[in-house]
Amino acid sequence: MLFESIKMSYENIVRNKLRSFLTMLGIVIGVASIIALITIVQGATNSISDQVTELGANKITVNVMGTPLKQGLNQEDMLNISEEENIKGVSPTISGKTGIIYEGKLMENVTVQGKNEVYFNMDTSLLKTGRSINILDLNSKNQVAIIGSDIIHELYFGVDPIGKDLVINGTSYTVVGTLNASSGFSMGSNNESVIIPYTTAMRSLGVKNISSLDVFLEDTSLADDTVTDLKGVLNPAFNYKENAYTIFNMGDMIESFESMMSMMSLLLAGIAAISLVVGGIGIMNMMLVSITERTMEIGLRKALGATPKRIQLQFVIESIFLSLVGGLIGLVLGGLIAYTAAAFIGIGFSLSIATILLAVGFSGLVGIVFGYMPARKASQLNPIDALRSL
Amino acid sequence: MTEVLNMQNISKSYYMGEEELEVLRKVNLQVNSGEFLSLLGPSGSGKSTMMNIIGCLDIPSSGKYLLSGNDIEDLDETELAFIRNKEIGFVFQSFQLLPRLSALQNVELPLIYAGLSSTERKERSLKMLDRVGLVDKTKNLPTQLSGGQQQRVAIARALVTEPTILLADEPTGALDQKTGAQVMELFEELNHDGRTIIMITHDIGIARHAKRVVNILDGQLSEQGVQ
Repeated sequence: MLFESIKMSYENIVRNKLRSFLTMLGIVIGVASIIALITIVQGATNSISDQVTELGANKITVNVMGTPLKQGLNQEDMLNISEEENIKGVSPTISGKTGIIYEGKLMENVTVQGKNEVYFNMDTSLLKTGRSINILDLNSKNQVAIIGSDIIHELYFGVDPIGKDLVINGTSYTVVGTLNASSGFSMGSNNESVIIPYTTAMRSLGVKNISSLDVFLEDTSLADDTVTDLKGVLNPAFNYKENAYTIFNMGDMIESFESMMSMMSLLLAGIAAISLVVGGIGIMNMMLVSITERTMEIGLRKALGATPKRIQLQFVIESIFLSLVGGLIGLVLGGLIAYTAAAFIGIGFSLSIATILLAVGFSGLVGIVFGYMPARKASQLNPIDALRSL
Repeated sequence: MTEVLNMQNISKSYYMGEEELEVLRKVNLQVNSGEFLSLLGPSGSGKSTMMNIIGCLDIPSSGKYLLSGNDIEDLDETELAFIRNKEIGFVFQSFQLLPRLSALQNVELPLIYAGLSSTERKERSLKMLDRVGLVDKTKNLPTQLSGGQQQRVAIARALVTEPTILLADEPTGALDQKTGAQVMELFEELNHDGRTIIMITHDIGIARHAKRVVNILDGQLSEQGVQ
């Protein structure tokens, strides 16, 4: 019975090709715009969160404001933290701005960062040439420096900087390594930085406490537990004073960014859904016209024994058929638009199953909702009047 | 002989605004299986209303109507549809074939609603088209058939469900005399095979083909007697 109805719907739609196509167009446009918008926003979200992840989703940063009695972390605190579970390593950051000199050339306002060996171990792509900081450098407070690409360009243009000297804040250092130029986010860029052992930096910059610490995680999914553990170490260290420190979880940021983007894609899809409603009204209009045209047919079918339900089913199926076909065309079209746009903007393209189901489900729903009223009208036609209308 | 149709005091009124229009007035009619009855009357006599009530397309305002023993008074739309499908085979003046369906597909229509499988539908429809002499025209569209052939397809469609009553409304009204006569011949043959036929017409010449003629005038019946 269902098959018969579907076959009849198909025949009727094919018979009025142009009209069916124009009717479907509304749904095609609606579904295409939903698919395209969601997919593009999704692609952009994925690209951005991939980049953010590169910056370190496996990392928790502790920033210390300190208390009057204890202004920052010391070696012992660092050791306590690194002994907690799920921690691969901790890397402090001592940061300052100062002038640097090589062979009489001065570069002002250069960021000098004190780091340890963990910093380089966690991201092996940092180092371009030479060596990174080792334990010996840290213990002996060696005056060695690893320099960023902009520094090489400014001070060591045309020479290999490895083994050359560099005067930082009046003290002479030896360049032992260079950093890869990093693109992307300026907040993560080391291009204009000089990295020295943090112990050396504390002495050189006159810093007594560590105010920023990167904690690298074994398992990112346990980040929340680790944050709790860190608080367990830091709270007693700061004597349970409030606002002594902040913990910044990169994973949290990515999460909230992603939820923001998915809100945005929902919003866009919602706007596009309005065009689906317009398309649905088009379908309803066509169904009403079709029913008027086929009054005699409906009357005859009723006289031959078609129940009202049967007639209603027939027309609802016809409406669903129209909107589903429109939905599928829209799906392909929207996919193509998103694919082209993704290639053009330079973001990833991935059409998710959920998006496809959403579009198909939505267009089917439009068919049911906007087909129901005309179909009901058809089913209630009086067969006598319908037969007489010829 | 089995009684297939029994109408007792059937009345039907329509309302034209405030005014009540009584189209049928306490009509009594009894038809047995195997009869060939014609309902003869001029236009406006109430014969279309009679046909609608007999065919369960309409329900009477008052009175009792038994069709094959079923009291149709309390039936809803769906039940009436089943009764029509099972008990009545309609033949209309203007054939009422669906123009985009082939002869065979047109004949199959009522069997779709009877819920038969497609093979069974095809088999029965072909048999019926053979019975009306159109077995070589099964794939033709109605427009590719003559008026007489179209009416034969319609008759095949009416009979394919093996209904209790073949109900024909001016079956020759749209045909010339010769083809009209052929259709009447077919009716007589079918009746001879035991088919119960009720034919509604205004044409006394056509009505005479029936064994029993009932006159209808101003909503009342009068028996002309069995020929």
